[in-house]
Amino acid sequence: MAMTITEKIFARAAGKPSVQAGDLVNAKIDLVMCHDVTTPPAISMLKAHGIDKVFDRDKIVVTPDHFQPPKDIKSAELHKRLDTWAKEKKITHYYKLGRAGVCHALLPEQGHIRPGEVIVGGDSHTCTYGAFGAFSTGIGSTDLAAAIATGILWFKIPASMKFTLTGSLPTGVYSKDVMLEVIRRIGTDGALYKAMEFVGPALKEMSMEARMTITNMAIEAGGKSGIIAVDDATRAYLDGRLKDKSDYTVFESDPDAEYVHKDTIDCSALEPMVALPHLPSNGQPISLCAGLAMDQCYIGSCTNGRIEDLRVAASILKGKQVAIRTIVVPATPVVWKQMVDEGLAEIFYDAGCVISAPTCGACLGGFMGILAAGEKCISTTNRNFVGRMGSPKSEVYLANPATAAASAVEGKLADCRNYL
Amino acid sequence: MAKAHVYQRDHVNTDEIIPARYLNTDDAADLAKHCMEDLDTEFVKKVQPGDVIVCGDDFGCGSSREHAVWAIQGAKVGAVIAQSFARIFYRNCINCGFYPIELHGALEKINDGDELEIDYQGGTIANTTQGTTIAFTPLPDFAIEIVNDGGLLEHIKRQKEKGKGQNDR
Ligand code: SF4
Repeated sequence: MAMTITEKIFARAAGKPSVQAGDLVNAKIDLVMCHDVTTPPAISMLKAHGIDKVFDRDKIVVTPDHFQPPKDIKSAELHKRLDTWAKEKKITHYYKLGRAGVCHALLPEQGHIRPGEVIVGGDSHTCTYGAFGAFSTGIGSTDLAAAIATGILWFKIPASMKFTLTGSLPTGVYSKDVMLEVIRRIGTDGALYKAMEFVGPALKEMSMEARMTITNMAIEAGGKSGIIAVDDATRAYLDGRLKDKSDYTVFESDPDAEYVHKDTIDCSALEPMVALPHLPSNGQPISLCAGLAMDQCYIGSCTNGRIEDLRVAASILKGKQVAIRTIVVPATPVVWKQMVDEGLAEIFYDAGCVISAPTCGACLGGFMGILAAGEKCISTTNRNFVGRMGSPKSEVYLANPATAAASAVEGKLADCRNYL
Repeated sequence: MAKAHVYQRDHVNTDEIIPARYLNTDDAADLAKHCMEDLDTEFVKKVQPGDVIVCGDDFGCGSSREHAVWAIQGAKVGAVIAQSFARIFYRNCINCGFYPIELHGALEKINDGDELEIDYQGGTIANTTQGTTIAFTPLPDFAIEIVNDGGLLEHIKRQKEKGKGQNDR
C-alpha cells in the first residue's frame, strides 16, 4: 500500500510492514530532547512514581536554554534539578552553560538529528527536526517522562498535507516568508493533528538552516510535524556532523501516497511578510504594513537565530545605526563564535545593538528583552500571542531577519528590499 | 453543580492560560494563581472548584507546556469544554488524567453562567439552566483508561503490575 514518508517512518518505528493515517501504534523513540522548563517536572514525576531509570542515556540530549543562564532563584532551582539528574543518570549528551544553546538550533548543529528516526522533545517546536526527513514532534512533561523511562510512546499516525513550493525566492524573501504565507492560508489550526510535508523545486535552493525555519513553524499551523525529504543538501549538512556515524534510513513518500490537503506556493510571487498581532496567521505583505512605529527589534530564536540569519541581518545593519533598542541572540555558542569570527559582532556593536548569550530569553517572554505595556516589537521568532514577549498589552510582529534589521534601522516596519 | 465560564474565543493559547513569566516553577498551586491570567485577570477570583471553562476552536494551541493543564487542575477547574483542542494540549490533558471534552457548537449550546452537570460515562452534559441535554463524543477507550488510572504514568505503572509490559496495547 502506498505510504507517505511519515507513515514509512512510523512503520519502521512500530516494527510493522505498513501503517496508515489514523492507526494507533506504539513507536520506539530514537531521540529525546530535554530542556530546563519541561524536563524538571518530568524528572519529579518519575521520582514520584518510583521509576528510576532512563531508557538509553545516549539517546537523551539535555540543553537548558529557556532561562539560560538562570534568570532568578526559581529558574536556578529548575536548572539544579536538571543538572543533578543529568549527572546522576550519566546522560552522554548534556550541554552545560557555555555549550548549551537554543535546543532546536543546537541538536541539528551538533549532529544529533538523523533521517528516518522518531524524535520527541518537551517543547512544541521540536517539529523543527523534520527538516532532516525525520518524524519529530513536541510533547508535554508526562509524555516526556514516559519516553525517558521507556523509550516508547503511543502515537496516532497523522494524515499528511502536501505543500509544493515552486519558483524561487526573490531578493528580500526568505523561507520565513514562505511559512508565514502557508500559515496565513490555512490558519493556526489548519494543520491540526496533521503532518505537513514540504516538497518542490524551491526547496532545492534552500539551505538546511532555511528549511529548519519552515518545519520549525509547522506547530504554528497546529501541525503535529513538518517534514522535508533528504536530498544532497541534507547529506552534505549531516556528513561530518553526525555523532552516530552508522547508516541512517532515507524514506520518501510514494508517488500515489494519500494527502488530505494539497497546496502550491509560488515563491517567486511572494513579498517579505509580517505577521501582525496576535496570531502567526495574521501575515501581511510588507507593502501593506510598512511605516508602523516599533519600540524593539529581536533577532534570534530557534526560528531565525542561526548564522545565516545573523549574516542577513548584519548585511543590512552594516554601517548604519539602529533607531530602536535591538537585541541580537545567537542561538548557540557555535553561532555566537562564528558571529564573532566573521566580524558580524562588530557590525552589530557599531550599529548600536546589544548581543546576548545564547538563550530562548525574550522569545517566550522569559528575560533579556521583555516588553512593557503598549510596546511593539519586530521579531524573528515564531509566535506573537498575547503577552508572548512580556506585557499582555504589548505587541509582537513576526518577520524574517532582513525585515527585522531594516525595521530596526528605521524604527518602524520597513521593506528590507530597499537595503539589499 | 458546576458553573460555565464561557469565553467566546478561538485559539485560546498556552501563553494566555499560563504566561511564560510563571514557568520558572512547576508547582501546581503556584501556577493556579495565574491560571488564564492573560485572557481574564478576574478568572482565578471567580472560579469555584468544579467549574467549567468553555471555549471555541483550537483551545490550548501554542507551547507544549503541561503547566497549562496543571494550572487549570490547580485552580480546581472541573472540566474544559472546547469546540476543538490543539493536539499537544489535548494529549497533555489525557496524560494528566484530565478529561478534555470536545463539543461541536459549544459556544451556541452553553452561555456564560449556565449550570452544568457532566456525565463522563454517558457522554452527556446536562445544561440545567437551559434545560437541555447535550451529547459529546467520548474519548477513545484507551484514553479513558489512562484518564481513569489518573494519568499516563500511573497507567504505565498499573499495566506493569498487571504484567502487560510497558504501555502495551
Ligand atoms: S527560541 Fe523561543 S520558540 Fe524556540 S524553543 Fe526557545 S522559547 Fe521556544
